[in-house]
Parts: sequence; structure tokens; C-alpha cells
Amino acid sequence: MKELIMAKYGEIALKGLNKGTFEDILVKNIKRRLRHCGKFQYMRKQSTIYIEPVGEADLDEVMEKLKVIFGIGALQRCAVFEKDFEQIKDKGVPYLEEALQFANTFKVEAKRSDKAFPMKTPDIQMELGGAILEAYPHLKVDVHNPEVTVTCEIRDKGAYLSAERIIGAGGMPVGSSGKCLLLLSGGIDSPVAGYMMAKRGLIVDGIHFVSPPYTSERALMKVETLCEKLTPYCGDIRFFCVPFTEIQEALRDNCPEEFFTIIMRRLMVKIANKIADAYEYGALVTGESVGQVASQTLKAIQCTDAAAEYPVFRPVIGMDKKEIIEISRKIDTFETSTLPYEDCCTVFTPRHPKTKPALEEIIKAEQSYDFEPLIEKAIRDIDIKMFRVEGTTDIVDKAEN
Amino acid sequence: MIYLDNAATTRPCDEAIEAAVKTAKDCFGNVSSLHKMGIESEKLLNSAKNTILKKLALQGELFFTSGATESNNTILRGVADAYKRNGKTIITTAMEHPSVARVCDYLENNGFNVVRLSPKDAFYNFEEYIAEHITADTILVSCMAVNNETGYKVDTKKLYALVKRRNKSCMLHVDGVQGFCKTALYGDYISLSAHKIHGFKGVGAMYVAKGCRFTPLLYGGGQQKNLRSGTEQIETIAAFEAAVKAYPTDLSHYEKLNTLLRSRLSEMENVYINSPDGDRGVPNILSFSVMGVRSEIMLHYLEEKQIYVSSGSACSKGKISSVPDSFGIDEKRADSTIRVSFSMSNTADDINTLADEIELGIKRFRR
Repeated sequence: MKELIMAKYGEIALKGLNKGTFEDILVKNIKRRLRHCGKFQYMRKQSTIYIEPVGEADLDEVMEKLKVIFGIGALQRCAVFEKDFEQIKDKGVPYLEEALQFANTFKVEAKRSDKAFPMKTPDIQMELGGAILEAYPHLKVDVHNPEVTVTCEIRDKGAYLSAERIIGAGGMPVGSSGKCLLLLSGGIDSPVAGYMMAKRGLIVDGIHFVSPPYTSERALMKVETLCEKLTPYCGDIRFFCVPFTEIQEALRDNCPEEFFTIIMRRLMVKIANKIADAYEYGALVTGESVGQVASQTLKAIQCTDAAAEYPVFRPVIGMDKKEIIEISRKIDTFETSTLPYEDCCTVFTPRHPKTKPALEEIIKAEQSYDFEPLIEKAIRDIDIKMFRVEGTTDIVDKAEN
Repeated sequence: MIYLDNAATTRPCDEAIEAAVKTAKDCFGNVSSLHKMGIESEKLLNSAKNTILKKLALQGELFFTSGATESNNTILRGVADAYKRNGKTIITTAMEHPSVARVCDYLENNGFNVVRLSPKDAFYNFEEYIAEHITADTILVSCMAVNNETGYKVDTKKLYALVKRRNKSCMLHVDGVQGFCKTALYGDYISLSAHKIHGFKGVGAMYVAKGCRFTPLLYGGGQQKNLRSGTEQIETIAAFEAAVKAYPTDLSHYEKLNTLLRSRLSEMENVYINSPDGDRGVPNILSFSVMGVRSEIMLHYLEEKQIYVSSGSACSKGKISSVPDSFGIDEKRADSTIRVSFSMSNTADDINTLADEIELGIKRFRR
């Protein structure tokens, strides 16, 4: 008996003439993630990608990997039969044992897209349901609220029987919408922001600022762990680690204390601008949410945005902390994010930060010192790593970039 | 590299490493085995026991554990359970290691009455102060011999006498992790750890005086008189013994390093010593606060110069400890604390390099 996985499109199904481009990207992403799970044959038909193992493959593992790939609306693991009802019944009913043995209720849902098949949909449902009841007498039919839904689809290429359908990650395939640069602090919000942008089809790379000895190596390790945890969703992540100590010290020595945070954020954005220029990122992404801290007031955001040369996306801007935490738990970044290591954002926290800074005031304070040479130096000294979906990390030689 | 964090852990000494390797190669038998190999291992185990008891200069039982956390857990929970009919009160201090403090919290949530006393309330008469709190209901006093964050020392022999004078059936547990090999220890129960005295991590012991009972924490094959089941980790136990034997008895070197560092620090403005001097402190731990520089910044700065110190207790890794308060050290001062702890291989040069770097650090970071 042949088993395969059907990955059904989410939003891509709604696309028009350029649907093919999106499909290509999705298939490419799937192939990449499954590279180490065995050999597979891929077929696209009727808004579905058929993933069929060639030889040995652990389909449980494959399902786990597919579950987090954006662009997939639903996943179904199924057995394939010839379009002959007797065969479906004889071989298919035993196949369902694993799914049905612990359930009390079930129903059968049939779909017949091949109208040449001699039985009509209600007949398939009734006949198959009867056969299942006979084989598993502990079961009852419940058409409204079944524990297990058995689906039987008669499609062009064959009949597909399944009792396992799960909701996919949704969204758009990563890489279908461009590239963005995520400012990763190590907190709860920024990984969630990255996840959300990847869900909209963006390739997400990360930038992080370190200020040794004000920040510890553990703080950096923590952010790198967060990158690793995001790769199943985002794919490979290029990670820029910017040495920020000198800039922060210059800031402390030359600018009024109440502006520290806001000018620091502007300087981070300015560095991100230059990275975006060099690596062709189309947007910057941050984990800011209105009103959380002093640098996340409207006035403060206006000041940071004024330094940006690219659109700044803030996907969690309107979310409550609780909602953000919920997502961070789902993507398993919460525990890492809440490790208690200081990041560079809190190194010189002003005692009384300005919550409603005027842009002119900030720019004036910032211009009292020429940060440009230090910014150039920080960019020269950047460390770049690649976090791969396979779980490996490469150090990127800057000369190659 | 200048390693000045020996209260966190120490480098295993050559004697310990050799003993572990030799045991693993030649004497790996299971102590419980009936054959010769088991007997050889048992001999090693008994030898290690005797060496440690001799070092303690005490007579009684010694049980090997996975470390002081297990020893502390076993003793506190085991004694509370064994003597719960005699009373429900446990006296402890506010300066204890979490492996005592959290067990006391647990016991408090399970019907025991826990009294926590702070050294700041009777700095020079802490032993008397503890004894005064003992009532007929008190079954156990648990007090560390040497505080890991400040080096504050309790005279456990004196404490023992005072406890027994007050209530004969009250037991004394001493967490002897930082005190072992550095100061005399006394008590009904004493917790020990190997990796603080150049042995390996993952092995410790508990001393139990004759006639003192406890309910075991681990049940199983009945090893170590049914009180601590689990196959004896003979390799690291042999290393523990070797480390104890190798530990020097003349500790005047610590005094010298301590005096030097104190004098260097006294030349720096706004640097305060948190460790007690004289008999109240041990010389191998010196805690001080560099006001105006947060501990972590100084720590990472020194780390860049390959000098390794602690910001308080290494176990806490960034968590705020309640120990400073038990010594009356305010939050600002606690926030700037650096703890230096010596080993015998540290030199005066090490201390001078440290002091020079702290001076430079102050210039750069103090606000």
C-alpha cells in the first residue's frame, strides 16, 4: 500500500495568473526542509502538492516538518488506492486502524472530483461507513461532532483515504514577498515579529547589537538560540552581530541622558539601513508594541522612523503582551527569551527617559557628536553567521560578501 | 588566565585526576559485587570515607552523594521526616544556599514552622542568637559554616554546644561546602562537596553523627546502609579522597593574598569590603563593592582581560540573591558586588593584576 502526504494550499489558492510562481517557491521550500528525510516525488494538482516518498521515509517526521512551513493550509496523510471501491474498502479499512482504535465516534466525508467514478458521494460515505462499523464495532457514527473524520477523495490520479488532517501553518511561502531585516534584541517580542513576517512570505534575516563588557556572551548565545528556533518557520537566517560598545559609550559621553534610548535606537536603525543597502533588504522589522516602554510611544516611534530609509514593519504593534507571549510559546521561543541576560538596550537606561521627545530636539542632540566614523567601524567589524534549517550554523567570511 | 572564582568551583588537581583515571582503569568494580573486583572497590570506598572523616576530625558515618545539593536535600527532608513527632520547628538562616533555603520553603509549605535568622541582627554573636531561638518544638537547626558570597564564618563547634545546651534532642545540620578543608566543622549532619576542593563535580558527601537518624531520599538497591541507594561512583569518590589528601593544611597563603587585595582596594575610592575580617571571615573569599559600576559590567570587563571573578553566587546566574540583605548590604551595594575567591595556586601577581584592572575598569565605567 502506498502512503503519501497531501499539502493543500492556503492563501496561494486564491492567487490568479501568478499562482505558479508562488507554487514554485512553496515546492522549493518543502524540498529544502525535507532534504534530510528521504527521497520524495512531488506533484502539483488541484491546489495540492502530493508528496510521495520514494523508498523509506519517516512520514511522522515529515508531517512535523511540513506543519510549520508557511503557505500550506492543511496537511493530510493518506493511503492511495486505485479507483476501485472494493479495493478501497478491503485495504483501506485496516489502514484506518491506528486512527480509529482509540476513538469512540467517527464520520466519513467523501469528495468526488472525478465524476467518472461510478458511485455518488453519499453512496461512498454510506458504504465505507458501514464497512468501518463492521470492522470496528466499538465505534459509533457522529456526523456533527466526530472524534475522527475519515476522508475519501476520488481524484484524477487515484483514490485517497485519510483519517489524519491537520491545519497547516497558513500564510505565504517564505521568499514570495521579498527580504527583510529583523532587529533582534533577545526579548519576547522580536522573535514573534520575525515569525509573523515570515508568515507573510518574507525572508527574515536578523541583526543584533552586542556591547561587551556591558553585555555578556550569554546574551548573544541566547539570541543565537532564538535564531535557531526560528529557522523551521523562516528557513535559513543570516545573522548580523554588530559590535556596539564604542557607539554606546560615545552616546553616553556626548548626549543628554534622557535621550539615550531614543538616539541609541536611531543609531541601530542607521546601521540597519546600511546593511539593508548592501544586502538588498526591502524593510526593517522590529518587535515594538505601542505603549510597552518609553521608546515605544508614538513620538518615540516617529523619531526612530525618521532615521529609517526603509519601511519599518512592526507586526506586533497592536498586540497585548499576553497575545505576544501566546505566540512565543507556540513557536517555542518564550523560555529562551525570558532568560535573564542583559541586552544592549538596557545598558545605559536613563533614569527618566523622555517619553515624548521632539524630533528636532533629538536630531540636535544626536548631531552634537559625529557618530558616522564609529558606525562605519561597527559595520566593518560585523560578524555574520548563517543559521540553517538543518540545524547547522556557518560562519560567513565577510570577504565573500 | 587568572582564575579567582574558586568558591564557584575549582580546577581538579592532578592527584584527583590521576586517582579517577586509575580507578576507572583498574578498579571499576561494583561495590555491591560479591567477587574480588567488588571487594577492591569497597576497599577504595572505605578508604575514602576514612580519609574524609579524618580530615573532619569527627567520628560517625559518611555517605557519598551526587553533591551538596543532594546532601542538603536528603538531610533537611530526611531529618524533618525522622523527627517530626518531636516537633515541627526548623531554624535556619537567611544566608543559606538555595539548596537549603528552597528545601526549607518546601518544608514550610508542608506543615513545618521555619524560622529564618539573619547574621545582620547579631553579627558577632550569631551562634548565641540562633541558640536563643530554639524552643522545645525545634527539631533542627541548619546553618552554613561559611557563607559562599561573603566568606562570613560561623563557629560551628560553639554553635553545636549552644544548641545542645538549649535542647538536647535538637539536631544541628551544617552546610560545610565552603568550610571543608578551610575551617573546623562540627555538627550532627554536615554536607560536603568535592568540586570546591579540587575534586570533581557530581560527587559530595554527608557526614552523620552516631545515633542521628534520617529518612532516605533515594530508595533502590540499598547501597550505603540502605540510606543512599545507587551504585557508588567509585572513580570520582577516589578522586575526592585524593583531593582531600592533597589539600594543604597551611592556609597562611590565603591570608597573604587577602591582606594584599584588601590593601589594594583600600587605596581605591568608594570601594567597600563586604567580607568580615578577623575570626568572622575566611581568608579565601573576599567580597567587595565597586560603587558606581554594576557587578556584571566589571565582571565582563575583567573577563575580557582573562580574569575570572564572580558577581555574587555563581549558581544564581543573574538571579537576584537575598543573601546580601541578610548581611545588611543594601541593594546599591549588592548591585556592585564582586566576589573574589582564591586557590593555593593564585599569586600576589594575580592579585596585583586584578587590582590594576579594577582601577582601569573604575576609570572607564564609573558613573
